[in-house]
Formats: sequence, C-alpha cells, structure tokens
Amino acid sequence: MAQTKGIGAHFGGHLRENGMLVALVAIVAFFTVLLQFQPQPVNFLQPLNITNIFLQNGHVIILALGMLLVIVSGHIDLSVGSVAAFTGACAAWMTVSLGLPFWLVIPLTLVVGGVIGAIQGYWVAYWRIPSFIVTLAGMMVFRGATMWMLGNQNIGPFPKGFQAMSNGFIPDLTGIGRPHGLTLILIAAAILLQVWLGLRARARDAEFGIEPEPMGVFAARTLIVAAATGFVGWQLASFRGLPNVLVVLVVLTVLYAFFTENTVTGRRIYALGGNEKAAKLSGINTDRLVFLCFVNMGVLAALAGMIVTARLNSATPKAGTGFELDAIASVFIGGASMTGGSGRIIGVVVGALIMGVMNMGMSMMGVGVDYQFMIKGLVLLIAVIFDVYNKSK
Amino acid sequence: MSLLEMRGISKVFPGVRALDHVNLVVEAGEIHAICGENGAGKSTLMKVLSGVYPAGSYEGEIFYDGVLLENRSIRDSEGKGIIIIHQELALVPLLSIAENMFLGNEVARHGVISWPEAFRRTGELLAMVGLAEAPGTPVGKLGVGKQQLIEIAKALAKNVRLLILDEPTAALQENDSQKLLDLMLELKAQGVTQILISHKLNEIRRVADRVTVIRDGATVSTMDKAEITEDRIIREMVGRDMAHRYPDRISTPGDMLMEVRDWTVWHPEQAGRKVIRGAGFTVRRGEIVGIAGLMGSGRTELAMSLFGQSYGRDISGEVGIGGVPADLSTVTKAVAAGLAYVTEDRKALGLILEEPIVKNISLANLPGVSEHGVLDKRREAAVAEKYRKALAIRTPSVQQRVMNLSGGNQQKVVLSKWLFTDPQVLILDEPTRGIDVGAKYEIYTIMNDLAAQGRGVVMISSEMPELLGMCDRIYVMNEGRIVGELARAEASQERIMAMIIRDNDSKAGKGEAA
Repeated sequence: MAQTKGIGAHFGGHLRENGMLVALVAIVAFFTVLLQFQPQPVNFLQPLNITNIFLQNGHVIILALGMLLVIVSGHIDLSVGSVAAFTGACAAWMTVSLGLPFWLVIPLTLVVGGVIGAIQGYWVAYWRIPSFIVTLAGMMVFRGATMWMLGNQNIGPFPKGFQAMSNGFIPDLTGIGRPHGLTLILIAAAILLQVWLGLRARARDAEFGIEPEPMGVFAARTLIVAAATGFVGWQLASFRGLPNVLVVLVVLTVLYAFFTENTVTGRRIYALGGNEKAAKLSGINTDRLVFLCFVNMGVLAALAGMIVTARLNSATPKAGTGFELDAIASVFIGGASMTGGSGRIIGVVVGALIMGVMNMGMSMMGVGVDYQFMIKGLVLLIAVIFDVYNKSK
Repeated sequence: MSLLEMRGISKVFPGVRALDHVNLVVEAGEIHAICGENGAGKSTLMKVLSGVYPAGSYEGEIFYDGVLLENRSIRDSEGKGIIIIHQELALVPLLSIAENMFLGNEVARHGVISWPEAFRRTGELLAMVGLAEAPGTPVGKLGVGKQQLIEIAKALAKNVRLLILDEPTAALQENDSQKLLDLMLELKAQGVTQILISHKLNEIRRVADRVTVIRDGATVSTMDKAEITEDRIIREMVGRDMAHRYPDRISTPGDMLMEVRDWTVWHPEQAGRKVIRGAGFTVRRGEIVGIAGLMGSGRTELAMSLFGQSYGRDISGEVGIGGVPADLSTVTKAVAAGLAYVTEDRKALGLILEEPIVKNISLANLPGVSEHGVLDKRREAAVAEKYRKALAIRTPSVQQRVMNLSGGNQQKVVLSKWLFTDPQVLILDEPTRGIDVGAKYEIYTIMNDLAAQGRGVVMISSEMPELLGMCDRIYVMNEGRIVGELARAEASQERIMAMIIRDNDSKAGKGEAA
C-alpha cells in the first residue's frame, strides 16, 4: 500500500517533466545512433550541430515562452508568425532604409511588437472577442502588412551589430580561446546552480508537506541534466563558445520561470486560467492580465522576428510562416492544459527542444519535409494523449 | 418479494475502500430513502447499481427481481428499468423539451426521427408529471424545478421501474420541492419503486417508507417509517449524538458596522428591468443577519452587486462601513473596504479546483504573502496551515488539490480564503448548500466564532430553519426589495412566508407587473 502511494504521488507530480526529459534524451540518442550507422556516418552531436540547434530554434523557444502565458490565461495567439515577420520587416526598414543604429532599432521594434500585442489584447480582454478570431485576423493582417512594407522584396543585408544578435558568440574574456574559457566557466556555474536549486526545491517540498519524489529519481534526473549541460557546454566551448542567442534564451527562460512560479502577477495568470470567475471574485483584474499577456506575446514576437531576420540577414515577405504552429505545439508538448491554468516554462522549453532536435535529426537523415510534418504532428498528438490519459487515471 | 437486494457490496478505489459490505433491500413499490454524510458512499453505491461501475469492478451481488444483475453499462441497467437522476441535471439547455425527452432514445425508424410522434408522446409524459409546457420549449428557458420534472418524465419514457433520485430538491425552492415530493408519491401509487438520496430530513419523513443510513461506506441501519425521527437519523449518520442542530451562541451585537441605503441595481442584459429596488439593511458588530427570500427574490444579486459590482448595471445607493462611506466599485476596493463574499456556487465561482488548498487560500490576498510582488511560498504555506488547523479542514496536506475534498472541506477553504483578507463583514451565500449535517454544524460554529470576533456576518439561505437557528435578525426579500425585518424572538417560518405572500398580494392588488 505504502509502495503504491509513493509511486502514485510521484507519477502525479513529476512524471510529466521526467517523461519529457527522457523523451528528449531518447530522441537525441535515437538520431545519434541512426546517423552513426548510415553508409556515411555522421556525428549528430558534433559541436556545429549543437550550436545550430540553438541558433535555428531560438525563435521558437522565445515565442513559446510568451505563448505559454497566453495559453495559461485560457487564450491562443495565431498571429505570432505574421507579427514576427512584420516586426522583422520594420527592423529591416529602420536599419537599412533609415540607417538607424541597432541599439535604437532593437528597442523600437520591441515597442512595435508590444503595440501590436496591445491592439489584439484590447479586443480580446476588454471586448471579449474570442482570441482565436482576433489573432486569426491578426495573422492575415500582419502577413499582408509585411508584404506591403517590403514591397514583396527582401530587405537586407544588415550591419554586423544587428547580425550579431543571432550569429554572434560571447567574447572569451579569459583569453584561453579554444576551448572557450568563459563558456566553460558559465556552464560550470550553471550546473552548480541547477544542482543547488534542485536540492533547495526538494528541501522546500518536504517543508511544505509536498511528497518529494524518490531520491533515486531526483538524483538520476539531476545527473542526466548536469551531464547533458556539461556535454553541450564542452561541445560549444570547443566550437566558438556560447552563442548570443543561447544567452538570451537562458536569461529569458530563467526570468519567465521565476515570473510564472514566484510572482504575484504570475500566480494570478494561472488563477485566471484555472477559473476566471473565481479569480475575478477574488479581486483579480482578469481583463488587464489577459491584455498584458498579449502585450508580452507581441514583444516576444518582435524579438523572435528580429532574431530570425538577423540570422537570414534579410527581411522576407515569407518569414515566420508556421512559427505560430511550432510555438503552440511546443507549449502543448510541454504539458500545458488546453483549457488554461496549467503548464510550466521548463516543460515548454524542453518541448521546443524536442521539436528542434527532431527537425535537425530528420533533415540530416534526409527525411523529406512531407514525412517531417507527419511525424511532428503525431508527436504532438501522442504527447497530448499521454497527458489526457494520465489525468483520467 | 423485494425488488432489489444488494448483498455485501464492496468497492475499492486506489487507497480508499469506498464501500464495505453494504447491504440494501428495497421492496417493490416503496420509496426508500438513503441517508449519509457526504463521502459516506451513497453515490458510489448508486453508481454500482446503475452500471456506471460495471459488474466485476465491485464485490458482492445484486439481485433485481430475484435475478442476479450484472450490468455492463448504464444502458444495460436502463434497459431493465433502473434509472438514475443525478444531482447535476443531464439536459441540453438549447434543445427543446421533446428533443431532450428522447435524447439517446429517439422515437425513430431507420434513424429518421418522427417528430409528430415524439411531440405527442412528450405531451403525454409532461401531463403525467403535471407540467404544462409546450414540448417545443427550449429546456434552458425553464427553471430548475421544471427541469427536474422533465428528468422524471424522461425516466417515465424509458419505462422506469426503479427510479433513483440523487438529492433532487437540493437546488429547488420550497414550493417546487413540494411539487416534486407530491409527484414522487403519485408515482409510488402507480407502482414505481423509488430510491431517494437526500440530506433533507423533513422530506424524507414526508415521503419515505423506509430509510437506510450509510456511514463510512457501510450500512448502519434500516428503519421503518414509524421509527423515523430526525434525531435518530442524524445520530446514526454522524455516529454521535447531536443535542442541537445549531451551536449555542451568546449574541452581543455592538456598534453599527455596515449600512446599505437605497441600493438599486438594473439587470445586466435586459434593459429597463430593475433587479434590486431600493434595498437597505444594516449589520452590527458581532451580529449574524439573515436574508430570507424565495429563489429569484434578488438575494444573490444584492450580495454580488455590493461586492465590487460583480452583478448588474447602473448600480446606485450608499454603503457605509465602520461609519465612513465605502467605495465598493471593484472587488479589490470592496475587499479593501473590509467586505468578503462567499458565493453560493463554490465550485464555479469560489475555487480553482485543480489547484491545491494553499494556492486557493492565498488567492484573494496574494500581497499578504509576498514582498515587492515576489511570493514567499514559505509564508503562504504557513498561512494555509494556520487555517487548516483553525477551521479543521480535513486533508492530509494543504498541498492537496481542492477537487479531492468533500463539500464541507471545500467550503472551509473558501472561508479561509476570505478570512485571510481580514474582512469586517462577511456575506455568506448559501454557506451550507450541499454539505452534510456534521460539516454544517462546523460551518455554523465558524460563523459564531466570526461574530464573536466582532465581525458582521450576513447569511443568505434558502433553508429557513437554518436562518431561524443562526441569525440575530432576518431580513425578508421579495422581488428585489426588502419587505420586512424580524428579530430573532419574533421570527418564524410562517411569518417569513406571510411577509412574502402579503407583498405579492399587495402588488397584485395594485396591478403591478411582476
């Protein structure tokens, strides 16, 4: 009886996150082995690939962070791909046509994204227009606006400063060069921090009367994450060091994880998604929170738009197509509830990485785009079925 | 021969033994009541009987008409004439009565519905339950009482032999309840055996032939009509003597705490319709004030419009709390002014069911457990723990999800949430609805404690005995107005009803539209 209860509680509390992690590791292992045994063996985990995973998927993770908040609040945003394209075009216009410096273009573009988010959020929050409709409209409007702005041509190239946002790497202040000293120091710090935070959370769980997961599971997970972080860090260091994008991603992830779990506003967004009426009757300004979730989404869409534009070194009318689907899929693979009120930042990031690793792995194996879409769709479906099945038990 | 015999029924869920060798014998043609606290196992037992839990998923045997019953599904049991009407009605509001009547059981040939036939038979069935509504009326337009009757008509359409009613009057007004009970007696005369699950002891006494009491998943006793007394049922339900239904209290009302004057509220959607008409009332420190009235009299609307204008439009009137005018224009301001409102629908409006107790308790006062917008989870847990002890919330841990708690414990979580905002006046809307007898007593005790602390308590309730047992003064509401006020000594059910009826008469006399 005691045995069942221990495992049961563990399944309820941590199964999802551990399962996600296991899935990510399994997918990486799967591609590593498969690519190794091809006629022309390729090392899937070579430094270049690891760097590229982050460079090529940074925008998805950034969009997914904002999308989680929108989905937790009980809404959806279909417009993020178009908004990313439009803000990218704005950034290109300001940089290339107006000749503004990147330190001015970046904040201005973020403001444009925020304003777009505010306009959409206004209709959703204060007029109660379903977000599906508002953002579907936004998806079309801003796709059109992008084409109009670019005159159906590409704008580019960008000066080095702007490009560095997505193609740059942090400088090695230690002067070691190769391996990249500062990268190694930061990675070591990150591993220690992660172990310390894990132990602290465990202690706190015990104090609050939350049944802690079995020590073995905790140790195994911490070890796997630490080993993976160390390995990724080493590979990055032996290439060109930490990409700027990765630094942005880590900072944003930590920031949003803290915001969602440890702040009053974050808690209120979850409450609003869990039961809007109860939240309202508890004195929570639910309308304003929904509005702010959309403003935040707009700002992040602008950031993603700039990063993609910088990577491609040009703003194109077709940029950002399908981004909204990747972001939404990442959020649901990451375990968010379709009705709002639940979902964690860390899950979303792992969800986005799973998508990214699959994209890269399948491309390297020469799997056609047709099959890639089918496989990704099925992964999304299976992840959500897994969730629903667990809940019904 | 008895129609139904359940022998040694046991049902185990992971970690919980919900039913432990329950025996139940129901004679043909009787109304058999089942009593028990929430969580005693009544609903589980009925789910075993109706095939929600199929044969094989429980231990024990069920004999129906002398034959071993082995249901694989609800459809199976319905085919044998065993029909259950759940507390939450299973009607589709946008469909018509006729469409609902034969939902899943359509009057059809080769998949094509014969509407004339369906309407004709609906008309007959409605007549049988004494409901004068057109079969084409959308169900959503009818009140809960009438919807309940439609559920029964639906059961009749399926040739019911054993009708199970799970707390059928929980959401009904007094007069609708009476109609329903009359109908039950009429069906009994026609030979329909019935099982009634109810918390309301007066109605059990009125219609039941025998009562079986279930406690902690086991049968305690079965008694005949002659033996039925409220005291005995309560004693066997809670497993201890309960000398009084309401805890003793020495009432010492103090200074004036809250004054509402000329409160007027318009309907949020229907233009030109006044819902609250110049209502006014007062609450003193340490006082429990009741608001009585029929459903639809505007009690909840009055409370919700006061609480941050959560209901209605063009609200006018004055409110003073502690002698100063209070701004109640938003919930946040109302809470700041010292007001708290415990809703009548705790699941839909009061709680976030998926979240743990600790997060529900802190919800209305997150600044109280945070510093510069950052939550202090240690303090939050300590606060929850404090209220768990103070209000005796029965749970292994405050990290338990609220959805796993019983109704009484859920209500204590809602109360904790509001106590943590340190309110001066608490408006409790149907605070004991759907809560078993033992937990009711605890809620009453908490209310008395709150009054003893010098807070003001406003209690809205449809159960008049409860108001009479708890309140220092009772206001009577009708059609959006306060039509009378009774001190504890002079209050009685008859006088409250008389005030409502006299008010209706005087309006009828003046020819005023309802």
